[in-house]
Amino acid sequence: MDITSENRDLNDYYLPTAGDYFSLLKPRVMLLVIFTAFIGLLVAPGEIHPILGFTALLCIGVAAGASGCLNMWYEADLDAKMKRTAGRPIPAGKIDPDSALHFGVGLAVASVLVMGLLVNVVAAVLLTVTILFYVVVYTMWLKRRTTQNIVIGGASGAFPPMVAWAAVTGDVSLESITLFIIIFIWTPPHFWALSLYACKDYANAGIPMLPVVRGERTTKNHIMLYTLAMVPMTLLPWYFGFAGLIYGATAALLGGMFIWLAYALLTDKKLVDEDNASAKKLFYFSIFYLFALFAVLGIENLIGRVL
Amino acid sequence: MPLHEEHKKRKGRNFTLAAILGGLVFLFFMVTLVKLGVI
Repeated sequence: MDITSENRDLNDYYLPTAGDYFSLLKPRVMLLVIFTAFIGLLVAPGEIHPILGFTALLCIGVAAGASGCLNMWYEADLDAKMKRTAGRPIPAGKIDPDSALHFGVGLAVASVLVMGLLVNVVAAVLLTVTILFYVVVYTMWLKRRTTQNIVIGGASGAFPPMVAWAAVTGDVSLESITLFIIIFIWTPPHFWALSLYACKDYANAGIPMLPVVRGERTTKNHIMLYTLAMVPMTLLPWYFGFAGLIYGATAALLGGMFIWLAYALLTDKKLVDEDNASAKKLFYFSIFYLFALFAVLGIENLIGRVL
Repeated sequence: MPLHEEHKKRKGRNFTLAAILGGLVFLFFMVTLVKLGVI
């Protein structure tokens, strides 16, 4: 009897914890999604009962988590090759791919069904589009094929405030499309800044990110161009009248800072490989930027309602 | 993996699942009350 091998198998066996499953949901991305959706819910005209609003946010958060989980399931081979992602539950051997697939599909279906049954059908349809866009269009189709992967795929991250808006109003309007456009056009400079300093990682994994295929100079030019296009777009809520002067001034100020950091990156003579500082600075600022922009939009709206 | 560790993990997973299911039951109950116009 081979007692040694039996003992070894028993010792090698790993039972995933609830925390391992939770990390499959990309909690930090989920947080940003829930936050932008919450602002969409807040600024949408009309009333939604707080419990239904909470349900809508829960569905959006779970759908984002499910999308992240299915992304990790499909990209486990790429994640294993990248330093940044090698510790994720599937490449780390904590959760087997089939369990992740079942978990992701289960959550995705549940989130759409609950949204459709308890909130409204338009929001449920938009939520379905969001999940399919991220999993099928971005993860399965574009990511490994084109340098424009995050330009088009970025739409999936831009849907949540639109879904939340639809949860309140039951339709899609110019205002909700404006919120979509802001996140959509913010995504490329945000991800290109990341891909600049994680370029080697992406190259090792064979992902055709812009700096890997077209080089650092082209990427910096693209970041500058997209930033210049983004800043006027962020002023649209003020222009269309569903945001006030405080938002307009904040958007202009933060936009100016974004442009300044993008310009600093553009004119930085050092290669990103030597010094990651300017690319990292832009990446972290871009996260703060989106949070701040939406926070001011929400706070201003709350003040307007109270006064 | 030692048996006591497995028991501990299973307990943690079961409690998490129970909390999530309990939360969902409560949420559905509350939404029902909202739809009925009670609250």
